[in-house]
Amino acid sequence: MNWLTDLVKPGLKTTVKRGVSADIWEKCPGCGELLYEADLPQSLYVCGACGHHLRWGIDARLAHLLDAKSMKAVEVPEIADDPLGFRDRKKYKDRLKDARKGGVRDAFRVVRGAVEGHPLVVVALDFDFMAGSMSRAVGQAVVVAAQTALADKVPLLCITASGGARMQEGTLSLMQMARTTAAIVALKEAGLPYLTLLCDPTTGGVTASFAMQGDVHMAEPGALIGFAGPRVIEQTIRQTLPEGFQRAEYLLEHGMVDMVVPRKEQRDVLGRLLAVVVSGINRR
Amino acid sequence: MVQFLDFEKPLLDLQAKVEELRAAEASGADIAEKDIAGEIDRLEIRMARVARLLYRDLSPVQIMQVARHPERPQGADYVKALVEGFVPLAGDRRYGDDQAMLAGVGKWLGQTPCVVCAIDKGKTTAERIARNFGMPKPEGYRKAQRLMRMADRLGLPIVTLVDTPGAYPGVDAEERGQGQAIAESLDVLMQVKVPVVSVITGEGGSGGALALAAADRVLMLEHGIYSVISPEGCAAILWKEANKDTIHAAATALKLTAKDLLEHKVIDGIIDEPVGGAQRDAALAMKRVGKAVAAQLAEVAKANGGAEARRGRFLGIL
Ligand SMILES: [Zn+2]
Repeated sequence: MNWLTDLVKPGLKTTVKRGVSADIWEKCPGCGELLYEADLPQSLYVCGACGHHLRWGIDARLAHLLDAKSMKAVEVPEIADDPLGFRDRKKYKDRLKDARKGGVRDAFRVVRGAVEGHPLVVVALDFDFMAGSMSRAVGQAVVVAAQTALADKVPLLCITASGGARMQEGTLSLMQMARTTAAIVALKEAGLPYLTLLCDPTTGGVTASFAMQGDVHMAEPGALIGFAGPRVIEQTIRQTLPEGFQRAEYLLEHGMVDMVVPRKEQRDVLGRLLAVVVSGINRR
Repeated sequence: MVQFLDFEKPLLDLQAKVEELRAAEASGADIAEKDIAGEIDRLEIRMARVARLLYRDLSPVQIMQVARHPERPQGADYVKALVEGFVPLAGDRRYGDDQAMLAGVGKWLGQTPCVVCAIDKGKTTAERIARNFGMPKPEGYRKAQRLMRMADRLGLPIVTLVDTPGAYPGVDAEERGQGQAIAESLDVLMQVKVPVVSVITGEGGSGGALALAAADRVLMLEHGIYSVISPEGCAAILWKEANKDTIHAAATALKLTAKDLLEHKVIDGIIDEPVGGAQRDAALAMKRVGKAVAAQLAEVAKANGGAEARRGRFLGIL
């Protein structure tokens, strides 16, 4: 798969995509500071001035989080595209074609790997592919990841960043919420840990299914996490939403996540968590 | 008298003529030589024929209008008509009681003891406000979870009746974890070993509907809709503007009708509605729902597949 070769060099696709040569500065959405693009991979796309966590390409994230050379792609069987023959202003088939220009088939990665020496399976949503929306292929990826973790008897980590359902797949996209739940319930019943790392943004059907079913929920600082999108809520209540609403820190305060973990600490926290939660697996 | 939808104009016109004749008849005006009663009969026969023609070939947007008709039977109507000795149970034991989620125990058609969870939109303005227009909050889903866990322990089958624009998109709902609540409902439904039968009676609004409909068997009323997003919302996002044309296009593209969903195996069966929709003959519509659910409950109980079969049903939907 193409995206694996990209992992070898820690270059970022998001950076490359913006790729205009003059565009070497990125403005921090948090404080407005101009950040030098070339420095961003080194700083894990975190603003040095205010600590704002910028969106981070999924391949670089996985390369950082997993032990060096531990990562192996898990094959996810392909599914035929466009079950409804959907067309809005543009054909869904054409949208897919455009999105696939980067060599990625759909909004997910499934890998076997290790964190601090602890083996696990990771399924990660790719926000750069149609906003990480949940297609049948994404649902299939979560199912395969859960089944792989179950077969390997290792924990499953799910990294989310998603705008919610893939509307172009209609109710079949909605069904992925139940589908993924079925696979995750089986994993949990087998006594295996399920962890989630919620990144910006995690909304809609993803929040209302596998993102919120973890034994442990970790969230990135400032990540928007919710069921309904802020704009939908504002239209419903006809009020401006309070500052910080639906952000990771707000969810921590309201008991929906276990911790808010800055990027540079995620490996360490995950390693320590895994060291404990896997200790029961082999004893059964 | 039932409220007419815009595409029902031919019916409305005929109805107006009938009313006119009735008024004339009542006033005993000087048209006595005309056969008023016969004329009314003829008009009513014509109305039935027009209704049959209109409803034979509804567009997805028209189906959506019927699904949302304010006079369709509601959760509470179904429970009253179909669940003998119903005892409503309240509260999620954590925060509050959600009146959009009617839940309790009783005997389905007087025969099968079960747990029932039914969304109710309300009929009067006061009811609609109290029931939040059928949009449950986390406490509603958590009340349903509590009853489903109890049903599982006690060996009672679960019937859910779904009619919701969606889970409530509000500040308080988010604050209490609307996403987590729906996720947990799905989790519970993938675990219970007792039979679960769901009916989409009107609107099946996205995750807020699925949270009750991750069942062994999912039935839908003929003019119900079940969708990942409302056609209005879909039009606003994908067509960048929600107007009559884009909403029509979105409703068509989303494949949200019972016929479409049966074809894609999202649902297992369609319950026919009386001519002119469930709003025109609620008693008949509810009677059919009662029979269909009873048949499915018996089938699922006989198959005895437990949670495994239900998981298989959803894992198989691609
Ligand atoms: Zn900054």
